[in-house]
Amino acid sequence: MKTLVLLIIIWPLIGFIINGLFGKWTKNYAGVIAASALGLSFLSAVYPIWQVILGNIYDYVYFMWMPFGKFNIPFGLRIDSLSAVMLFVVTFVSWMIHIYSNGYMKGDPGYARYFTYLNLFVFSMLLLILGDNYLLMFVGWEGVGLCSYLLIGFWYDKKTASDAGEKAFVVNRIGDAGFIIGVLFILLNFHSVTYADVFPFVHQVLTPQTATIIGLALFLGAMGKSAQFPLYIWLTDAMEGPTPVSSLIHAATMVTAGVYMVARSNAIYDLSPIAMEVVASVGAFTAFYAATMALTHKDIKRILAYSTLSQLGYMFIGVGVGVYWAGIFHLMTHAFFKGLLFLGAGAVMHSMRGLLSTDLMGGLRKKMPQTAILMVIASLAIGGIPPFAGFFSKDAILAGALEMGHPIIWIVGEITAFMTAFYMFRFVFSVFYGEEKVPNLYHELHTHEAPKVMTIPMWVLGVLSIIGGWVGLHFSGEIPIEAFIARTAPTLEVAGEAHYSEALLMGISVCMGLLGIFTAWVIYIKKWITAQSVANTFKPIYTLLANTYYVDEFVYFFIVKPFWWVSEYFLWKIVDVKIIDAGVDLFGWISKRIGWLFRTLQTGFVSHYAYWVSIGVMLLTTWYLIRII
Amino acid sequence: MLAAYMFVSVLLFAIGATGAMIRRNFLIVLMSLELMINGAGMALIVMSYYIGNISGQVMFLFVAAVAASETAVGLAIVAMMYKNKKSVDINDFTTLRK
Repeated sequence: MKTLVLLIIIWPLIGFIINGLFGKWTKNYAGVIAASALGLSFLSAVYPIWQVILGNIYDYVYFMWMPFGKFNIPFGLRIDSLSAVMLFVVTFVSWMIHIYSNGYMKGDPGYARYFTYLNLFVFSMLLLILGDNYLLMFVGWEGVGLCSYLLIGFWYDKKTASDAGEKAFVVNRIGDAGFIIGVLFILLNFHSVTYADVFPFVHQVLTPQTATIIGLALFLGAMGKSAQFPLYIWLTDAMEGPTPVSSLIHAATMVTAGVYMVARSNAIYDLSPIAMEVVASVGAFTAFYAATMALTHKDIKRILAYSTLSQLGYMFIGVGVGVYWAGIFHLMTHAFFKGLLFLGAGAVMHSMRGLLSTDLMGGLRKKMPQTAILMVIASLAIGGIPPFAGFFSKDAILAGALEMGHPIIWIVGEITAFMTAFYMFRFVFSVFYGEEKVPNLYHELHTHEAPKVMTIPMWVLGVLSIIGGWVGLHFSGEIPIEAFIARTAPTLEVAGEAHYSEALLMGISVCMGLLGIFTAWVIYIKKWITAQSVANTFKPIYTLLANTYYVDEFVYFFIVKPFWWVSEYFLWKIVDVKIIDAGVDLFGWISKRIGWLFRTLQTGFVSHYAYWVSIGVMLLTTWYLIRII
Repeated sequence: MLAAYMFVSVLLFAIGATGAMIRRNFLIVLMSLELMINGAGMALIVMSYYIGNISGQVMFLFVAAVAASETAVGLAIVAMMYKNKKSVDINDFTTLRK
């Protein structure tokens, strides 16, 4: 069993090594190798997950990673109910997306390199979720960040792509600094970073103040990785990467690492109402804020990116109000349907030769019937329509928020749910329904349905987008997924928990979703109100949204520009040139002078050398004589 | 008497050293080196006789052998120098500096 658990993370590592070292030879088989590595990883994970469902917890230490004498950091892997859910999502969705990538990346010159990065990503992600201490999680955390950077800038000869990669890396650094501070505080207080040494003793060791500091520092890390306001700016630019990457890393798995981390640290957050309030508020704000930006965008991938931000906001509402299971549950369903949405967008891009604007599409369902159906399924799931997966998880989060006494967050969440359904169906209607907007474009591009290697993984995710939420149904008095996750991350207990009629809450959620779809239908199918007239009526708001609140411009003028200014006029032209370079030059100058002094001794005339030798002998003799006298 | 012998020995050494330093013909330099060696050798023999210990004289036999082989090598070098530059003036051989 110990070996089996290790094998889960070893398979992707083997794939990474094979493709990384021998990519020149594996060429067209790189995708097969990578996908089989992931398949094996998933198969190795099945049995441990099943055992965890039956009630076991695995915590194996393989070797002592950093023995410091007083405290030791082991290399250990832990599978409990929380990591089991993540393990299932990561291995399975990654596997599907690896298979899909075989079709999507076909013929790309960097085929083997792509799969190398992808396998390395999965390895790091598994390390992040299975590691049994914060430091191991941090290694995975940085590993996925690195892979994200590499894959966003995968087409590095494209300036925008390499810039986007850099942006992601730099913004994530800010969050990572917070994470490190949090981990150091834990180390300082507990003298250990292993979960088993930390969580059971939280009440004895931490005061609410220190818990707040740790919670906020860790949450800063989560904000960076999970792209919460204001550190979300990298995620939309990350869409420069290949679409399966956006699907796997920037929607399904990596960006949810922050949610996982907060849920993992539930014992610490439970102690600090302030930290939890911050998590929930930032989540709610991001959910709303990102959804508004998704309303006006025309680039299909950016719409999905903003939607991802918004859904991540929901997850943070879930973990922030204390219903950890709902956050993780939404993480899981989101991985299914958002993974599918991106794969669908990828299929559209694939057949449209990389075109992204909704203005160029329309009526695509005739050309790509399977993709169209799948996209409708995924949109219904994200829009929160029962019995699709998203409904259960989103409803669990919003109901949880209300019961935990956060009515404002609940209202924000419901409005966001309306917007979500609206923008998703705006997307679906304007891409797949209606008429062709540019005559003969499809004919010229030979637009066609995606190959089987791409549609099959999409169907698998499509089925999961339907049934994946059913674990959130009531079965004999309890919700299976709630009971399962609560073993590791128990729901926060609050005094005077409010109770609301479940049916009423569900009804409101469904109405919001349906209303959103109806609005989209009115505007984009029936055209009773045209999108243009709405835009004209709310001109200032529309401009603000279309320019994404000018946040990028704001960041550019108030953060990036001053940074450049300081770098150029102070760090470069003063510190570097006048101090560091001048200092180095000084040493060079000194050696040059000394060298000049000795160089003049070397005349090349033998008699001069003889002369120096005799002087040396005389000096030595004199010294010797002085010594003995 | 010892002082006189030692004086001759030191004189030989000094003449040799001066010659090695100031002469430009490499053959003369070699001869001067030979003088220096013999000056030192004479000191060995004189001291050995004076102290009554034979090892000084034995040492001179070794020194003489070394001097012979050194001269052989030195003359070979002179031959090569002449072959390359048609000159045995050591001031023509300053390539080490360049």
